[in-house]
Amino acid sequence: MSTTLLIVQVLNGLQLGILLFLVAAGLTLVFGVMDFINLAHGVQYMLGAYLAVMLYGATGSVLASMALTLPASLLCGLVLEALVFRHLYQRHHLEQVLATFGVILFLNQGVKIVWGAAPLNMPVPAILSGSIPLMEGLRYPVYRFAIMAAGLGVAAALYLGITSTRAGMLVRAGATDAPMVSALGVDIKLLFTIVFGCGAMLAGFAGAMVAPILSVEPGMGDQILILAFVVIVIGGIGSIRGAFVAALLVGVIDTLGRSFATDLLRLFLSPSTARTIGPALASMSIYLLMAGVLAVRPAGLFPARGRA
Amino acid sequence: MPPRLRAVLDAVARGLCALTFDQRMAAGLFAAIALLPLLAPLLGGGYVLHIGGRAMILALAAISLELLIGVGGMVSFGHAAFLGIGAYGAGIAASHGLGTLAVALPAALAASAVFALLTGAIAVRTRGVYFIMITLAFGQMGFFVATSLAPYGGDDGLGWPGRTLMLGTHALKNETVFFYATVGAAAAAYVLTSRLAASRFGRVLRGLTGSETRLQAIGFAPYPFRLAAYVIAGTMCGAAGFLLGNHAEFVSPAYMHWQRSGELIVIVLLGGTGTMYGPVLGAVVYVLLEEVLSGFTEHWKAILGPILVLVVLFAKGGMAGGIEQAVAAWRRRRPGPRELVEALATLARRRAAGRSAAAVARWEQAGEAARRQRDLVWPIVKRALGRARVRVAAWRGDLGVMTEEGLARLFQQRRSLTLALGRQLDGLLSLLKGTVAEAQARWHPWKMAFGRRLVSLVLLAERNIADAAQRWKRR
Repeated sequence: MSTTLLIVQVLNGLQLGILLFLVAAGLTLVFGVMDFINLAHGVQYMLGAYLAVMLYGATGSVLASMALTLPASLLCGLVLEALVFRHLYQRHHLEQVLATFGVILFLNQGVKIVWGAAPLNMPVPAILSGSIPLMEGLRYPVYRFAIMAAGLGVAAALYLGITSTRAGMLVRAGATDAPMVSALGVDIKLLFTIVFGCGAMLAGFAGAMVAPILSVEPGMGDQILILAFVVIVIGGIGSIRGAFVAALLVGVIDTLGRSFATDLLRLFLSPSTARTIGPALASMSIYLLMAGVLAVRPAGLFPARGRA
Repeated sequence: MPPRLRAVLDAVARGLCALTFDQRMAAGLFAAIALLPLLAPLLGGGYVLHIGGRAMILALAAISLELLIGVGGMVSFGHAAFLGIGAYGAGIAASHGLGTLAVALPAALAASAVFALLTGAIAVRTRGVYFIMITLAFGQMGFFVATSLAPYGGDDGLGWPGRTLMLGTHALKNETVFFYATVGAAAAAYVLTSRLAASRFGRVLRGLTGSETRLQAIGFAPYPFRLAAYVIAGTMCGAAGFLLGNHAEFVSPAYMHWQRSGELIVIVLLGGTGTMYGPVLGAVVYVLLEEVLSGFTEHWKAILGPILVLVVLFAKGGMAGGIEQAVAAWRRRRPGPRELVEALATLARRRAAGRSAAAVARWEQAGEAARRQRDLVWPIVKRALGRARVRVAAWRGDLGVMTEEGLARLFQQRRSLTLALGRQLDGLLSLLKGTVAEAQARWHPWKMAFGRRLVSLVLLAERNIADAAQRWKRR
């Protein structure tokens, strides 16, 4: 295991973590403010990727398509909210799970109907296509750095928005005691809609950003959804800060586990056993992390104030 | 009618009368399904039995999940792991030449039980959403372990020729025999689970979903009860997995995927949680939907999805809820409390007319008692309602000159007042429910009907208060 490989993998892990944060931030906000389990958050990420590919086909410019994806996925989120989710806020978690599961089935299949089951691709934007030499024999693609930068930018903007704007204040208040906020004359429904729209937009943005480096296919949202849930549970539901820390943690651990678990195990076990156990252990590592965190701190690392 | 036939019919009728509504529905469902082999030649032969077997296996799994969701209030999102473990138990035993019922089934059950015990020990410490997520995590762990089982097929899964041997014969290879085995297993699971739910164990579990603190206060530790329920449900689902593996003579990691767990939840909710026949009905309908829709178009999930959403939005309580509402509407008679008592008294008199004077007196006495109860409870309800109305009116009057701070204070006040009122109503309600239960136990139909009416009155009062509060909020 060389240092170069280690650095590359840590960078990959951070990049995955930042993407996870973009998805998890929306999820944890929706969860924290509205107490709503949105399993369909993953398909919003998938929709973002598909929209980006479609808009790329229409505009011919990658950057423009990404910029256009933002309002498009916001629109998708708002439509879904008005049609389905709005009616579920007051319902039991179980019913929310069922209904959003239905939305997943529908959208996964719908995407297959519209764009076909074959994976789609989209090029990396021209100005971000090169790679930067980090050290001797180690070059890292610019685009992956761009993803990290964009993700960090969004994280900073979110942090500022939530801590120091009026809307952010209302979001925090809503997460603590929604009926009270409503009694003070705030239109809580509008607030919910805005939060939901932002969450959908963040997920769509994440989808658009990975479209050039991953294959865009139906079901791509499911994997990331599970990871995002792991992230928000580890971080503490409703906590943006927790989501950020947990996302980086999960991203790095998952990526490092996949690349090094087998090699590490080979130090203790016979090669064939290591080859068998290694990948399984790597896939399980984040779930082990989550089970461990929950066993010690049942409400996550950074429990949001005002909830148990 | 010959007397013997009549005696048999009487016995059946008496047996049916002794069953609860739930048991009657389940008995009907299982009886209808058990007739499937007779219809099979008309519907396309063995294939129908294959589908029926699948439905029954899923019903078994769904019943076990209902024990967690409906009785224990624990929404497990990793229940499919047990399906996989059971199926791998069957497959691995068969691939080592140990595919006999005496070895493979206990092995599969033991493996499921151990997995349930280990994961449950951590999972049942958490509540609500965290429980959903941690069971999801454990389910995914099982999935990834299965993908790495290279000696047993890994990602590709494991197939084995021929089903598990039963008593040294290939009896299970016969589609009809296997079908009845699945029906028997699901019916046994139904009986076991509903017995369990009605036992002291089940009552404690249900109580835990209501108020854990209260249960602790009267001396029950929640943890062992929850864990036991989790292990029982897991083992039962392991049995379903064992059957599922044998059904397809194949097992793959996909059996344990989280979407499978989602499907199991869908089946339970589609059928209607809170009932025991609901999951069975849900499994049958789900498999039917799958078959019909996938025959209709390859994109059947795009149809199933909106169906699920519509079920949640418009059919609360799933299909069982719909049935219950239909039955209630069919039985509904809605006289006011006064008319009800009068009608009951008349009915009692008429019934007793041909009987002894003592019986008449008893009925009269009963009617009198009912009247007394009404007079006792009705003023309390009325007072509570009246107070709520006055308060709401007062708030409305004040609103015109309220400052923002005053509004906030008022809101707090309203909250605590509504809470206090709600508590009062709560107490009243549990009192009345107790009366109804007692009447039920002693079989006093009139008392029961009266008590139910009062319960609905209190609920109405509660709703009125909530409505008033809602209207106030909107202003």
